[in-house]
Amino acid sequence: MKSRVPLRDLVAAVGILHSCAGWAATPSTSTFSNASTPAREVNDLSLFVLTISAGIFVGVSVLLVYALFRFRARPGDTTEPPQVFGSVQIELAWTIIPVLIIVMLFLGTARVLFSVQDARKPASAVDVTVVGHQFWWEFHYPQFNVVTANELHVPVSSGASSRPTFMKLTSADVIHSFWVPQLAGKTDLLPNRVNEMWIDPQSTGLYVGQCAQFCGTQHAKMLLRVYVDSPEGFQQWIAQQQKTQAEIAADAQGTASTPINAHDGQIVFEQQACINCHTVAGTVANGRFGPDLTHLMSRATLAAGATPNTPENLRAWIDDPNIFKPGSLMPAMHLTGRQNDQITAYLLTLK
Amino acid sequence: MGTDTPGIPIAGGVEAGLDRTRPHSTRGTYLEIVHSWVVTVDHKKLGILYICYALIFLLVAGIEALMIRIQLSIPHNTFVSAASFNRLFTMHGTTMVFLVGMPILFGFGNYLVPLMIGARDMAFPRLNAFSFWISAFAGILLYYSFIGGVGLSGTGSAPDVAWFAYAPLTERAFSPGHTVDYWAVSLIASGIGSIGTAINVLATVFCMRCKGMTLMRIPLLPWLYAVVSFLVLVAVSPLTAAQAMLMIDRYLGGHFFDTQAGGSAMLWAHFFWIFGHPEVYVLVLPAFAFANEIIPVFSRKAIFGYSAMVAASVCIAFISLGVWAHHMFTIGMTSFGNAFFTLSTMLVSIPTGIKTFNWLATIWGGKIRFETPMLFSIAFIFQFVIAGLTGIMLSISAWNWQTHNSYFVVAHFHYVLVGAIVFMIFAALYYWYPKMTGRMLDERLGKWHFWLMVIGFHVTFDTMHIPGLLGMPRQIYTYEPDRGWTTLNMIVSAGGFIQAIAVLIFVYNMVHSYFRGETAGADPWDAWTLEWSIPSPPPTYNFAIDPVVSSRRPLWDLKHPEDQDSPYE
Repeated sequence: MKSRVPLRDLVAAVGILHSCAGWAATPSTSTFSNASTPAREVNDLSLFVLTISAGIFVGVSVLLVYALFRFRARPGDTTEPPQVFGSVQIELAWTIIPVLIIVMLFLGTARVLFSVQDARKPASAVDVTVVGHQFWWEFHYPQFNVVTANELHVPVSSGASSRPTFMKLTSADVIHSFWVPQLAGKTDLLPNRVNEMWIDPQSTGLYVGQCAQFCGTQHAKMLLRVYVDSPEGFQQWIAQQQKTQAEIAADAQGTASTPINAHDGQIVFEQQACINCHTVAGTVANGRFGPDLTHLMSRATLAAGATPNTPENLRAWIDDPNIFKPGSLMPAMHLTGRQNDQITAYLLTLK
Repeated sequence: MGTDTPGIPIAGGVEAGLDRTRPHSTRGTYLEIVHSWVVTVDHKKLGILYICYALIFLLVAGIEALMIRIQLSIPHNTFVSAASFNRLFTMHGTTMVFLVGMPILFGFGNYLVPLMIGARDMAFPRLNAFSFWISAFAGILLYYSFIGGVGLSGTGSAPDVAWFAYAPLTERAFSPGHTVDYWAVSLIASGIGSIGTAINVLATVFCMRCKGMTLMRIPLLPWLYAVVSFLVLVAVSPLTAAQAMLMIDRYLGGHFFDTQAGGSAMLWAHFFWIFGHPEVYVLVLPAFAFANEIIPVFSRKAIFGYSAMVAASVCIAFISLGVWAHHMFTIGMTSFGNAFFTLSTMLVSIPTGIKTFNWLATIWGGKIRFETPMLFSIAFIFQFVIAGLTGIMLSISAWNWQTHNSYFVVAHFHYVLVGAIVFMIFAALYYWYPKMTGRMLDERLGKWHFWLMVIGFHVTFDTMHIPGLLGMPRQIYTYEPDRGWTTLNMIVSAGGFIQAIAVLIFVYNMVHSYFRGETAGADPWDAWTLEWSIPSPPPTYNFAIDPVVSSRRPLWDLKHPEDQDSPYE
């Protein structure tokens, strides 16, 4: 590990540096490094509160340290100090001053609270429905009829082309919480309930986060990746995701031959229990319990960010999910090595 | 009352209070000694049982904390499995709150409340014994989970749903087996014990006071214990009810929290936190109570603003019943709901601020003696100020969307639970151990304990705030190396081990001093409340003659007949 990393974090943490997104080789999860309006408003509020708190802390500490030094018992002095029992004026003073501070803090909070939570949705907004699962994320784009998992793509929403993303959040099983610190505070995903939040990322790039509500064995590896694309990039991504596998196969005709095992792999995939849980659009696979695999190869990671999406990792994951994510609800299917190779080859064609 | 009035607050004075009826050294065989502790209804013995029971679980939960810290010291560590880690933090939290915090505070309450109000026992001695033994049963049941169920292999079926056990993770669909059952049933049992003790303390404080002790002459410790007991009655009952509902869901086909059948996940959160937030004050008010007794004695001054202190405590109790949803700012309440709970939570800082300033004013103008109980109390004030300020930060609902369920929250509540409560428990043990055993704790070891504890505490918990602000959620068994949390977690873990060394020194001090400690005498600290008027340890019946008081500090009046307190109160 490089030594500058914790220093960078410390600097960010004390709020000296608002935005260190540009510094970092890897995406930051610092709550002080914001890239979206809800996160920025909260950040400004937090610096205001930190300043007031620091003032109170210094004041009380100075009084305490002074009193301890000034009023320490001197050796040999056995007399008792004058007994003081209280003072109404002083008590009133240190009741009223905190009241004033609280009024100030509350008004500051209320302003941000209402402006972020009750923001109106503009007509240009992208709708996303987020469904939490043990231990992965399902994303629906109802406007585009697209379903994907674990890696959310949203358009950038800077300046002239304001295009925020408004999310409806719910859960298929237990409570989860959607948290990408650079974009917004967290919002919980509850079964039988729909919550809402919004983001308007100001610059393109990758933003990371993870589930922030304990949801079972693999809560720790329920990671989140949000790709903020340029407006054109987002359109391309949507267009790609809208294709069914039949269309992709048709596009591929003549340009490259299908790998030898892929067709056998599809047969194995559809004959084994895989399709009970997974969907591949345009085929018989239409399970809803696990992530949609239609465009699996368009994702950078496997198993909700647990490991990079490489052919080797994919094969190892199918062989035994517990290697990467013990407690994952996907069972090891006890396939033969050959079946496993075939399924891997098939999945590698799901671009 | 003028100074010329013969002010003898205790009938016959300290000398007459001495027990001359039977020698102290009547000891039976070991079996008789054990039997006497099992069948006892004496509030002092039950108090000591509570404290010992809690200290044993403090060590157990401390070991769990160390295992958690070893696992988190480096990313992708494999010291324990994901499943074991979830059991460890669930058990650590549940143990520290229900088997350490509550019992040790009830232990001190049991021991001290009757002595400080001049009573010979609690109002209901047998209920008292029942409360202790059912709490003890709860602890044993909870820990039996490690070997129950799937057996001795590793961690058995210990609870693994986090200490707040959010539904529907606790429903049978998501938690088959008996992990949740152990958790729910043992908390029902300990809840019954807590409610029993609360009733007992309330009855004792309001009905058993000695002659002359009007409401506004009750020492602050019994006053605060009465407030705490009121809170326990109001707050623990919903928890017990919620546990019963959960068991109905699990085994009788109920659908309170069963979302798959139309139940509500949010309902559990409300039930849990309407208990969980007052619970914080159930734990911290006794710590305030200890500070209210210790800080004046070691500053050599009466407590500043006694009636303001009483009023502030009562205020805290009432306000704390209306703040619970500040644990739920991200769960999807309306903006108005979030605003309401922001304001109500901030209001708590007013009475707690009054308390802090009154402690400062008590120290101000005193002649401070820096003995171990006072050292811990000073660290307590300092750390409690910080804990209060991070508490205000967390009450800012908009900011809470970022900090909620992060390590910032973990650092904040450990600042309260360790920095304030555990530090005051140590102060109280150093202060009252001589009364309980007749021996002083070793002062040199005490200083080592204090300084190592302070250093370890700040290394651990000051640092712990930062990964939270850098986006590290709580209750994760491992984390990615590229997030910038690694060094910070290593420092936090190192601090944990410094604290562990401090606690080991303390345990050695307790055992060593019990046999070899300096003899304490009735009043080693030159203190002012009634428990110091009788021998150490006190005889079974406490007071040979019922005391009579004319002020809040009867022993001050006794020691300074020329300068009675009563005209100033």
